[in-house]
Amino acid sequence: MTKPTRKFRYPTKDSAPVRIALTLAGVAYIALFLLTPLIAVFAEALRNGAAAFLAAITEKDALAAMWLTLTVAAIAVPLNTIFGLAAAWSVAKFDFWGKSVLITLIDLPFSVSPVISGLVYVLLFGAQGYLGPWLDELGIKVIFTVTGLVLATVFVTFPFVARELIPLMQEQGVAEEEAALSLGASGWQMFWRVTLPNVRWGLLYGILLCNARAMGEFGAVSVVSGHIRGLTNTMPLHVEILYNEYNFAAAFAVASILALLALVTLVLKSALEWRYGDEIAATHRH
Amino acid sequence: MTAVANSWRFKKPSVLPGFGLTLGFALFYLSVIVLIPLAALLLRPWELGVDGVFAAVTAPRVVAALQLSFGAALIASLINAVFGLIVAWMLVRYEFPGKRIIDALVDLPFALPTAVAGIALTTLYAPNGWIGQYLEPLGIKVAYTPLGVVFALTFIGLPFVVRSVQPVLADLEKEFEEAAASLGATRAQTFRRVIFPAVLPSWLTGVALAFARAVGEYGSVIFIAGNLPMVSEIAPLLIIIKLEQYDYAGAAAVGSAMLAISFLLLLAINMLQAWARAR
Repeated sequence: MTKPTRKFRYPTKDSAPVRIALTLAGVAYIALFLLTPLIAVFAEALRNGAAAFLAAITEKDALAAMWLTLTVAAIAVPLNTIFGLAAAWSVAKFDFWGKSVLITLIDLPFSVSPVISGLVYVLLFGAQGYLGPWLDELGIKVIFTVTGLVLATVFVTFPFVARELIPLMQEQGVAEEEAALSLGASGWQMFWRVTLPNVRWGLLYGILLCNARAMGEFGAVSVVSGHIRGLTNTMPLHVEILYNEYNFAAAFAVASILALLALVTLVLKSALEWRYGDEIAATHRH
Repeated sequence: MTAVANSWRFKKPSVLPGFGLTLGFALFYLSVIVLIPLAALLLRPWELGVDGVFAAVTAPRVVAALQLSFGAALIASLINAVFGLIVAWMLVRYEFPGKRIIDALVDLPFALPTAVAGIALTTLYAPNGWIGQYLEPLGIKVAYTPLGVVFALTFIGLPFVVRSVQPVLADLEKEFEEAAASLGATRAQTFRRVIFPAVLPSWLTGVALAFARAVGEYGSVIFIAGNLPMVSEIAPLLIIIKLEQYDYAGAAAVGSAMLAISFLLLLAINMLQAWARAR
């Protein structure tokens, strides 16, 4: 009686059937939920041919929407970048009472519905808002203007830069800054020559994600925009209007520009993670 | 000396400059952008009176919308809990062609504007759509039903579980699995008793994040939902409808209720996580 010999298998590796089954399940899930919608956007955009596609994205209201989206992002992203740097400097380099509460509050906008992010500004600045009538007398309008769009966008993209920089700067400690100061650097010299170069890739990573969300935000800006064509219509809102008018080809043409932006963001993000993974907090957090 | 060491200080001494300036600016900006507006949200409903607020959030249409938002978010985050774990496992442990592209693609829901995702999913799952036309004869309706809401919320929550579990799995020491195997554990036992407990906290975190994101989601849902009152109308949409009717207090009441329920659920999940870690 010889014992049946079992083929040797690495104890830490899955058997082939398990591996194949799990890979198929995972790939099918990604294909079903991520790949098909992405393909659908581009296919629908080009359904009526390249000429119709070009006409849709160079139409007057579409161009105005693109310009507005760029404008809003160009204001909101730098504001949140300055906040992110200030918050990260105070939180990561100093120890003070109530620090963990502050970190939690910075993350708060991520757990708030985009619609609520817009709603809060209507409650403050709208016609029946707390400050609305008072601002109205001064001739200042916030809701249904670009100001409102910027505020709502700033709210939803609030944590991106700060939450990338805080863990990164905490990890780097204060030794290099202290050395710079002891060698006679001024505060600004220390910031520009030591702190900023140390966090540059992490900062860029945060700005990249912040910008993608700022350009693509829909719910929050939808509440404060008023959907005035050519004036307060950002690209995502323009997509909605075209879609609801059953102008599907034009809606998908504008949507494909946004999808292209998302793909560029993903490529840059992967490139940053691959090349500068050690200098980005997100890749070695948790 | 001891007196100094024991005395309470707001801030530990440091030679670095700029603390007052940066913390002051951060607190000012945080208050203006986030805290004061959110305070307005929590304050506004009370002009209806306590009974009015209660009536506003227990109206049948509001209850149905809240049930749909939280129920669909729960189902979507459970789907993501299972498949997110599989995808994370596959990306960390296996080698196959196209792996890096799939890895990068996982973040698509973070980068793709929600309105774009919404119209794309609707086109796919509408009764005459790419996938919908094959489901229609089977009697499965996705678009314009609560099932469509679940699909959109699954899309939105997909990266959270994967990205929470992936780094923990990657850092897991092989030695533990080898030890388990050398002590006679089967592969399934090793997974259940060694690997799973190690990734449990991050897995729960990912599921909680996906759930929190899905509850408030608006852009990807409204196109595919059909938005029938009492059937496929989500809570964020109801807020917008109330705003359009200039019912600011009612909108704020629904918004506050959503925030309160989310907060309680996240608190419960945090406690669950603390328990999982302590075990």
